[in-house]
Amino acid sequence: MTTLSCPGESTADARGGGGPERLPAAGTRMRLVRLASRPRRIVATMAYLDHAATTPMLPEAIEAMTAQLTVTGNASALHGAGRRARRTVEEARETLAEALGARPSEVVFTSGGTEADNLAVKGLYWQRRDADPARTRVLASPVEHHAVLDAVEWLGEHEGATVEYLPVDAFGRVHPQALREAIERDPDSVALATVMWANNEIGTIMPIPELSAVAQEFGIPLHSDAVQAFGQTEVDFGDSGLAAMTVSAHKIGGPYGIGALLLGREYTPVPVLHGGGQERHVRSGTLDAPAIAAFAIAAKLAAEGHKDFARDVGALRDQLIQAVQATVPDAILGGDPDDRLPANAHFTFPGCEGDSLLLLLDAQGIECSTGSACTAGVAQPSHVLLATGTDPDLARGTLRFSFGHTSTRADVDAVARAIGPAVERARAAGLS
Amino acid sequence: MSGGVDSAVAAARAAEAGHDVTGVHLALSANPQSFRTGARGCCTIEDSRDARRAADIIGIPFYVWDLAERFREDVVEDFIAEYEAGRTPNPCLRCNEKIKFAALLDKALALGFDAVCTGHYATVVTREDGSRELHRASDMAKDQSYVLGVLDERQLAHAMFPLGDTLTTKGEIRAEAEQRGLAVANKPDSHDICFIADGDTQGFLAGRLGTAEGDILDESGAKLGTHDGAFGFTIGQRKGLRIGHPAADGKPRYVLDISPVDNTVTVGPAEALDVTALTAIKPRWCGAAPTGPGTYTAQLRAHGGETEVTASLDGGELTVHFTEPVRGVAPGQAIVLYDGSRVVGSATIASTSRAAVPAV
Repeated sequence: MTTLSCPGESTADARGGGGPERLPAAGTRMRLVRLASRPRRIVATMAYLDHAATTPMLPEAIEAMTAQLTVTGNASALHGAGRRARRTVEEARETLAEALGARPSEVVFTSGGTEADNLAVKGLYWQRRDADPARTRVLASPVEHHAVLDAVEWLGEHEGATVEYLPVDAFGRVHPQALREAIERDPDSVALATVMWANNEIGTIMPIPELSAVAQEFGIPLHSDAVQAFGQTEVDFGDSGLAAMTVSAHKIGGPYGIGALLLGREYTPVPVLHGGGQERHVRSGTLDAPAIAAFAIAAKLAAEGHKDFARDVGALRDQLIQAVQATVPDAILGGDPDDRLPANAHFTFPGCEGDSLLLLLDAQGIECSTGSACTAGVAQPSHVLLATGTDPDLARGTLRFSFGHTSTRADVDAVARAIGPAVERARAAGLS
Repeated sequence: MSGGVDSAVAAARAAEAGHDVTGVHLALSANPQSFRTGARGCCTIEDSRDARRAADIIGIPFYVWDLAERFREDVVEDFIAEYEAGRTPNPCLRCNEKIKFAALLDKALALGFDAVCTGHYATVVTREDGSRELHRASDMAKDQSYVLGVLDERQLAHAMFPLGDTLTTKGEIRAEAEQRGLAVANKPDSHDICFIADGDTQGFLAGRLGTAEGDILDESGAKLGTHDGAFGFTIGQRKGLRIGHPAADGKPRYVLDISPVDNTVTVGPAEALDVTALTAIKPRWCGAAPTGPGTYTAQLRAHGGETEVTASLDGGELTVHFTEPVRGVAPGQAIVLYDGSRVVGSATIASTSRAAVPAV
């Protein structure tokens, strides 16, 4: 039942930015207040640095989607309207497949990354276990997104799976030898393995082709969540040797609510959603033609542009890392300093609560993330950092800045200005 | 912001007044329930979502701060220990003193905020010299200054109660919430102790302290029955005594005394509850401590009336004499002293003197 307030400061004044401080309103007493450095909301200078959460839709995707929104047709129907919708969907499927080095028949559209992860992990587990009841081991990296982590945990709790987490190094990377050792303990009992292509919190890129080669050697399906990697690094499903791979539209400038599981043709995962069987009988539900059309154009642009993106956005990201480390020398860069997503900068600020930093930067119009999940709105120490061996108190003081196609140098400058005072203040507030 | 109507309207008024407001919901339970049960208005995930929704409508940032560990240590464990010692604590005062205007306030000040603003019905008056006074709400029927009586001058200097200075009834606050588009307008009020989900205080205490059968005695020491644990009783309690046979005079019997040492509960007639004086410890003053004996009005419960007293301070102990005897006064409760509408301070009742029985 509490709100915090800065008496005497109006939002209208705050928009003025760095002008001289006004005296507090009459009757307002401010004994402990340092007027010069109070958090204030500067709406005008918004720096959106949370593209890994979601990135603005590309104009081309908006155009494709709005064009389709005006036409009617269920892609499963046989009449003219249905045929028109089906053509849109199938052309999009071909575009997406080409962008990801896959065959059109390997594209299974889903409602997004979470559904694709669940279909891959649960569906492949069920398929493999049903074929051979001895296959109950699930090998997973401990730094997976919760869509994978909670799915494998669920298999452990409800489907008799034995979940084994693969060791990671200090950058959160799974090494091929680690996967090999885990499999070799008993190759016949492995149902599947799942390792993300790049980590959503700390940006480390996994050696997916090498991991995939190990899995293939033993005939074990490897799934990879490539939601963060697609558009930022080379992601080629065909070359990867993966059994299944998750992608999502809204991380690459497409719409929300649409994603895909790239699925090798020899796999028939048991469905998570039962119904009309629209997508290879492994995924049911009327296909969302407008979203699929927009997803395809965004995917095409992401695949074509990932090198330019890595160069341009990577340069901004490097400037940000330099600026933060210059201002806060004890800030710890998370993830692999070199082999990482070009748009990701992740820091740990010792002695700070990530939530406090978020609040203070938000008040400056800087929008970023702690990078970790929350329970009932309460920030938890990042499971990714804990898996890399980080001290739990340290793991609470994280911030993730993630860039995207609308990022500019002004965003970097805004962080460079704000981060020092924010860290100082968050340290004073401490860990509650 | 609890997720209830009062804190939502308080936040809206503060924002409208031009303050730069950030909404904070306190996570006070390590394992919050998903949905509300009964008439509570806080502490579930649903309440957190309601608070977030209100903040979004008001147009202010919103954060959940996890103070569950501090709350457990400073409020819940204290509550249990007090009952275990045979006293009757008020956890809301404790929460205001230790959580909202301490842990929360300190963190807020460190982050650069100036004040903690809540939906309490009370009034802060700033005097010419800049010092602050806490007064009753303009609407006596809604006044909550009692549970804020533990705030000292420093805490008060960083407190805002936007609901306190308006003559308003709950109905009008709800109408205001509705007019502001706040969906919490029709949420039920919260009454019970927030960390006891089902409102069953005795069950909660039994779960924490266990049950231990003891005797129910009359004033002469004669055994009238048994109970499951002395901690489950409150002085002045009439119901739930489970004494099979009526008193000789046919009058109802009330809990007069709780003795955790020998696990006995003493009962007697209503007259025996009359308290003429009390001593109270751990005083906290809103401003300068009073010098010498003085005449005040006192409030002894959150929803209790006022009564005239004379009070004097000797070292850290407050001695209070009632002009007219009062009933239902229990050690552990807070006494809040008022000078007119102004809160002078508060203290925790340590012992009482009865007209009919000696001090306990």
